[in-house]
Amino acid sequence: MNANYRVRIPSPLRSYTRGHDAVIVTLPELSPDHAPPLRAIVAALDSAFPGIRFRMIDEQGKLRPHIAMFVGTKAVRDLSTPISPDTELMIVAALSGG
Amino acid sequence: MPAAARPAARRVTLLIATRKGLWTLASDAARSRWTIGGPRFLGHNVHHAMVDPRDGKSWLAAARTGHLGPTVFRSNDRGRTWTEAQKPPAFKSGGGRSVDHTFWLTPCHANEPNAWYAGTSPQGLFRSTDGGASWTGVAGFNEHPQRKAWCGGDQDGTPDGPKMHSILVDPRDPKHLYIGMSSGGVFESVDGGADWKPLNRGVRADFLPQPTPEFGHDPHCVRLAGGNPDRLWQQNHCGLYRLDRPSTEWADIGGGMPKNVGAIGLPIVAHPRDPDAAWIFPMDSTDVWPRISPGGRPACYRTLDGGKSWRRQDKGFPSSQGWWTVKRQSMTVDARDPVGVYLGTTSGEVWGSRDEGRTWRCLARNLPQIHAVEASTA
Repeated sequence: MNANYRVRIPSPLRSYTRGHDAVIVTLPELSPDHAPPLRAIVAALDSAFPGIRFRMIDEQGKLRPHIAMFVGTKAVRDLSTPISPDTELMIVAALSGG
Repeated sequence: MPAAARPAARRVTLLIATRKGLWTLASDAARSRWTIGGPRFLGHNVHHAMVDPRDGKSWLAAARTGHLGPTVFRSNDRGRTWTEAQKPPAFKSGGGRSVDHTFWLTPCHANEPNAWYAGTSPQGLFRSTDGGASWTGVAGFNEHPQRKAWCGGDQDGTPDGPKMHSILVDPRDPKHLYIGMSSGGVFESVDGGADWKPLNRGVRADFLPQPTPEFGHDPHCVRLAGGNPDRLWQQNHCGLYRLDRPSTEWADIGGGMPKNVGAIGLPIVAHPRDPDAAWIFPMDSTDVWPRISPGGRPACYRTLDGGKSWRRQDKGFPSSQGWWTVKRQSMTVDARDPVGVYLGTTSGEVWGSRDEGRTWRCLARNLPQIHAVEASTA
């Protein structure tokens, strides 16, 4: 059975999603008690929209300083965090710059 | 110059990389009328954009945004359409370092079509052999056991972050390379980047406890002299220098600058054909280093004798209250005769001279902060 995740995309990244502000990412669910890590969802997102991952996560696997991710309403920076199916993710380009 | 040897009166295109996007200025054949184009990548922090002189139609732009990581865009149709690199410059996973931005782009040797070098912040060297679509780290530098000693930590860099710049390719030998690093100094490779050696003898580093170290210097900009690839010009944090190979000892050529102006700036550009001629744009480096035109009176200085003497060139510039900063990549020349000289300011103005700096006029204003200006007659 597949696991679906709705991912909300901030405007700076919508050039990758052809303008869509939300996309559905589908992963095979490993087992009912083994939710895939956030890293796997981001990888699937990058497969669907090549290049999007590197703009938000650096080559050392860290979220870039002005990018935040919310799983539901909880901010998550650890990409190994397991994400239950049907959870909504929100990528936020934090207010910064000038 | 004899008419037969004179470069054709070709139109000039300036690529203007800014903190908020990429603009162009295109001239007529007389370089008297300029048409502005853009923006491309509106809102992106474009650190450098270059035309490939080998085909004249391929452009590369290094960009990031305030939020997003660094990437490179490439165009094969003179900037009409752009494609993002599939694999932008990035350090090896697990090595602990991350590219903040790609700072400098240099086409490789004329005999290596589609090959490019990129220098990053923090200091890293990358190479592409497919026109900028994918980039691989040059392990001979990025993994060199001395790299950390050469570059220092991130806190040792310039205010905008430590960076690799001034990637120079010997036109006679694609494996003969120079790089400049702020900080780190100038380094040379004779084997295509497999190994590197410091090349800083004679250059001061008076901000360090030992003012003449082997490395750790702060070259702001290094250029090969036109018509003589055995000569290098260097605008350094500690003055002006010239190196004539095979010597490895830089000569201080700042002594001819007026004392009230000083010999410190960010850019230096070489005449495309005359190895004795170069331009600089000095800045105020006193006290807390304002990095703006000394006294609010912007001026270029030109040498025609290899740096023995420098002559002020400011006709057309504001005579007072002109507080300009011109970054190391924001001054350039075209290949025409007489040479066109161009500069961009951090206050968003582009100025040009079509008579080798004798007279200047403003070509564009009200742009964002300018990071880089490059000229092409291709």
